[in-house]
Amino acid sequence: MTAPLLVFAYGNPSRGDDALGPELLRRLEALAPPGTEFLTDFQLQVDHAVDLQGRRRVLFIDASVAAPPPFAFARLRAEKDASYTSHAMSPGAVLHAYRELYGVAPPPAYLLAVRGDHYELGAPLSALASAHLEAAFELAQKLCVAPGEEWERQLTRAEPVQR
Amino acid sequence: MAFELESAAHPENLKRVVIEPVTRVEGHGKVTLLLDEDNRVHQARFHIVEFRGFEKFIQGRPYWEVPVLVQRLCGICPVSHHLAASKAMDMIVGARLTPTAEKLRRLMHFGQILQSHALHFYYLASPDLLFGFDSDVARRNIVGVAAAYPEIARQGVALRRYGQEVIRITAGKRVHGTGSIPGGVNKNLSMEERDTLLKEIDDMIAWSQGAVELVKKVYGGRPDFHNGFGYFRSSFMSLVREDGALDLYHGGLRARDEHGQTIFDHVDYTHYWDYIHEEVKPWSYMKFPFIRSKGREEGWYRVGPLARVNNCDLIPTPLAEAERKAFKAFGGGSALHATLAYHWARMIEMLHCVEGIKELLHDPDLLGDDLVTQGQRGFRGVGVIEAPRGTLIHHYRVDEDDLIVRANLIVSTTHNNQAMNEAVRQVALQYLDGQNLTEGLLNYIEVAIRAFDPCLSCATHALGQMPLEVELQDAAGQVVDRLARNGGGETAR
Repeated sequence: MTAPLLVFAYGNPSRGDDALGPELLRRLEALAPPGTEFLTDFQLQVDHAVDLQGRRRVLFIDASVAAPPPFAFARLRAEKDASYTSHAMSPGAVLHAYRELYGVAPPPAYLLAVRGDHYELGAPLSALASAHLEAAFELAQKLCVAPGEEWERQLTRAEPVQR
Repeated sequence: MAFELESAAHPENLKRVVIEPVTRVEGHGKVTLLLDEDNRVHQARFHIVEFRGFEKFIQGRPYWEVPVLVQRLCGICPVSHHLAASKAMDMIVGARLTPTAEKLRRLMHFGQILQSHALHFYYLASPDLLFGFDSDVARRNIVGVAAAYPEIARQGVALRRYGQEVIRITAGKRVHGTGSIPGGVNKNLSMEERDTLLKEIDDMIAWSQGAVELVKKVYGGRPDFHNGFGYFRSSFMSLVREDGALDLYHGGLRARDEHGQTIFDHVDYTHYWDYIHEEVKPWSYMKFPFIRSKGREEGWYRVGPLARVNNCDLIPTPLAEAERKAFKAFGGGSALHATLAYHWARMIEMLHCVEGIKELLHDPDLLGDDLVTQGQRGFRGVGVIEAPRGTLIHHYRVDEDDLIVRANLIVSTTHNNQAMNEAVRQVALQYLDGQNLTEGLLNYIEVAIRAFDPCLSCATHALGQMPLEVELQDAAGQVVDRLARNGGGETAR
């Protein structure tokens, strides 16, 4: 049976603060919240629309150079942007692809964008990013067991930030 | 025509047109054309200007790391490098694989070819085939296909996803897994995993049959155009099984010339260098392999789906074999040489892969626990596999301290180097000669390149459309015309 909540973290674990998403996912997964599936990948692609099927809610987690520290949490909209031609789609473009593929609205989806500043290949998480990770982990734990209304109350902004 | 347009007699008097895909990491190709005052083509070259150097990076690493390390060569077919390196390292550890290990590797490889062929056809090629080569650039992509043909797009996404699931289950991860190791594999298939894959397999077979029908319909709708687009004749090379059947994982090398005559057959690939030589040309970082017995001028050849389906005597799964016969009948019983026939052959192979996956999933050996063997230690290992885009050769020497001291890799794109140049020259003559530059023209060249190797599209981080910049310079190097298309598909002069 498909888990009602999907937590999807993306980023390159070998590229400094880009590991924020996968690292946060690893810590959440260890808590094993019921009814939750955890997936991770380096980047988002059209294929990931398949993972959204049958979900009640979806939480995307990514590192961001634009998010105000320590993180930004916003509701996503399905929108066509130029990212669908690339290897790295935006989560909004994945939602758009879902709508095109299945002809129905995608499940409610949110982006937790955690602020990171250093993305060098082979570098560890920076100290600042580690602090942001702690703050984001606190919120994400709550979200995993909270009803939809609580997600809306936790929004920090109306529009998702760009990567 | 092979080399007629490779080098113009008096390049100093000609205008130079450069078609340069913007690229980042996985590869960088560009096309240069030399034109006279009437825009007649005098020289056409397809260059790979990326310097790979992977053979150097590997030196000094312990041999058991190599099957994992080499996956970084390619984001599209890492499993093929994983398996070719593993086969080479089997020779180093002196292993003769157990049935469980070989079948699990074959299952992984079927998953790899399936996901790569689905990616190529549905994401990269189908927009051209469904909408037209010079159709509205804004819809010439997978999202455009999803909007106009949602069922086809859904099936394409699902087929690719299924292939990735086969890889994840057999290799541990969808990308850069670790399932294959020197001498075998590190995990078997659980009954739960087997049953999960079996649940969807009949849909995959039906949709793959649909993909073959779609290609046949498109191809047959304008047979003269599709046969003639970038047409040329060549030799073909591929692995075949002992009985001449298509075998994507293991076999002997077979090469046939443009008339279907055998050049060599059932050759032991561990001595590939007795049959293939690699030539270096100053204008490209990619080598130009040729068949030694035919020489530099006549010995170039094609690899990949078209070569494999043309070369084999049968496909050992019934539905794909029926389609191979139809393919051959379309060619009047002879090999098809059309550039766009690659797509048709590719979908026949995809059908073979899903049939092969179903067959393997019913094989109890996959659940076995005899996973690894080893024997007498060796110091030279050669692994050859049929990767999605063609024959892939990995060759290593290992010293007594278990470290790699030499590596030589010949990837599919390298085998096809001369052939891709030939396709570009044919398209340039057919559609560019004497014409003004247009975005549609750029895509015609892209379509010809794409038929061989989706990595060149991928290398630009553009699915289905390469960001391109074309400049027309006069003989003095002054830019007289410029056309650019960005990653979003917008074109500006």
